[in-house]
Amino acid sequence: MKTLLLVLLTSFAAFAGEALTGEVEKQALNMSAIIMFLIFVGATLGITYWAAKRTKTAKDFYTAGGGITGFQNGMAIAGDYMSAASFLGISALVYAKGYDGLIYSIGFLVGWPIILFMVAEQLRNLGKYTFADVASYRLRQTPIRTLAAFGSILTVVLYLIAQMVGAGKLIQLLFGLDYEIAVILVGVLMILYVTFGGMLATTWVQIIKAFLLLSGATFMAIAVMAHYDFNFETLFATAVQMKETTSIMAPGGLVSDPISAISLGIALMFGTAGLPHILMRFFTVSDAKEARKSVFYATGFIGYFYILTFIIGFGAIVMVFQNPQYLDLAKQAVDGGAPILGGDNMAAIHLSHAVGGDFFLGFISAVAFATILAVVSGLTLAGASAISHDLYASVIRKGKADGMMEMKVSKVSTVILGIVAIYLGIAFEDQNIAFMVGLAFAIAASANFPILFLSMYWSKLTTRGALLGGSLGLLTAAVLVVLGPTVWVDVLKNAEAIFPYKYPALFSVSAAFIGIWFFSITDKSDNAAKEKEAYEAQYIRSQTGIGAEGAVEH
Amino acid sequence: MKQDMVDRIKNDPDFLQLTRVRSKFAWTLTIVMLVIYFGFVLVIAFDPALLGTPLSEGSVTTVGIPVGVGVILSAFILTGIYVRRANTEFDELTAKIKAKAKGE
Repeated sequence: MKTLLLVLLTSFAAFAGEALTGEVEKQALNMSAIIMFLIFVGATLGITYWAAKRTKTAKDFYTAGGGITGFQNGMAIAGDYMSAASFLGISALVYAKGYDGLIYSIGFLVGWPIILFMVAEQLRNLGKYTFADVASYRLRQTPIRTLAAFGSILTVVLYLIAQMVGAGKLIQLLFGLDYEIAVILVGVLMILYVTFGGMLATTWVQIIKAFLLLSGATFMAIAVMAHYDFNFETLFATAVQMKETTSIMAPGGLVSDPISAISLGIALMFGTAGLPHILMRFFTVSDAKEARKSVFYATGFIGYFYILTFIIGFGAIVMVFQNPQYLDLAKQAVDGGAPILGGDNMAAIHLSHAVGGDFFLGFISAVAFATILAVVSGLTLAGASAISHDLYASVIRKGKADGMMEMKVSKVSTVILGIVAIYLGIAFEDQNIAFMVGLAFAIAASANFPILFLSMYWSKLTTRGALLGGSLGLLTAAVLVVLGPTVWVDVLKNAEAIFPYKYPALFSVSAAFIGIWFFSITDKSDNAAKEKEAYEAQYIRSQTGIGAEGAVEH
Repeated sequence: MKQDMVDRIKNDPDFLQLTRVRSKFAWTLTIVMLVIYFGFVLVIAFDPALLGTPLSEGSVTTVGIPVGVGVILSAFILTGIYVRRANTEFDELTAKIKAKAKGE
């Protein structure tokens, strides 16, 4: 078998799960995986065809007609969150560091309850298609929409690049396809799903994938536990024996100082609540009740998934680590230790082979590919909506755009975004992109979330405050990431970082909130007075849903 | 929404009751979640060895395992608590407010 190298983000452990980087060598063609993947593609294209016939208006395109149930939406949200990189990355982190993997995944989960308590139903009651609808509800459309659209597109593109590069490498590894072909294939399929099937197809592709991924992961976790009579103590004891250290059972070096710890927590929590492709899902359900249920189910599925990946990571320690079948002999000869073929990120993939043979390996590989497709589709749809609904319909046409034309613009935007994603995916193949997901979360937390949150809860918010404070948050986040260790040292190869912390959220989120507060209270314009007056009506709608979009009258 | 409707709803005792009770409830749950999570994170930052203590004499499983899984479960349970109350009590109140707003 060929030597596979996948050097993984050890320097950026906390966001490791979301981006795959480094060199890989092509794997031999994996036939059973390809056949199962083709079945998935066939089925999802069938769904796209079915969805295309039901996608006639802009509302259908952006929100699947608003008829998705809470359970379905919960599954789709969970699907958005469970990317291939997070499945392989978190299990790899558990495999390598044990307990630290659990700490890391918990950070990604705890934002969900906050989203439920603070923004989910208010979003549903106020918005139509994008979160900018809510942020600009009583503020001046042009500046706020532009800023929100800019924040959305930036978040989406950064996230997309990370996913595309990860996709290319992963597919190369799993299927033996060329990197370029893999990236183009992902891009083309995603364009097809989104342009023809809109949100309806994107949602169902996501639901099916979430179901397949949860089933596959459940099977692996049960297979591992069955080996140890469902006794965790035995599993852990064996793992400690294999690793010859008890350090995997306690916190390691993932978060070292309190500032980093809190800053990472803020980025993950508020970042989640500012991701445009996630926020957009709240407009696909009929009312506030279904929006709440979505988060309840999503939190359940995501939490369950993280518990599974923890078991899978430990399963890989006992069944893959030091198993001669998966040992990378060539690498071992150079570096020593017990490296596995393809690097730590392949831990879950090798485990699938160890517990279920070639057939199950093919299944898990196909699911990983499907996962990438589903996640990039959701991202692209969110990006395209920001362009067509926020920039074209609201800023350029001042809200007078015709629905059909708006939909056309969003389809063209999807194709353009798809091509851009393919291009950037190829351009960034050999770049260090580990910082990108971190930056996407930092921007979402520092620009998107503060504006959204304050527009809902603070009556004195004005356009000037939101615009200046939001921009300040965005810039602070971007500048601090560039000056911090992940870009300044790891990418630009400087000896020492100017800004010492990896995660800027604590500072950039504070800058955004303080900026918004300061520039709002000092805003004495007539316009500001009107905006403050309009809060009452907005508050009533956000609390009761009276006048909400898509509310079905019986 | 017309101004007279805004005035009517804003003075509706049911509306005041809804917003007061719900915002108190939502903030309480938010704070509980924040305390649980940042408490967990700060223990990791200041006293990581605490979570590495064996669960019982001679066991490999550490205190950190049930604590970590507990944080995950707490997130799920808290969302469940909120949804249960919101989908019954709060939605009933909202329906009353809506009916009154439309009826008059």
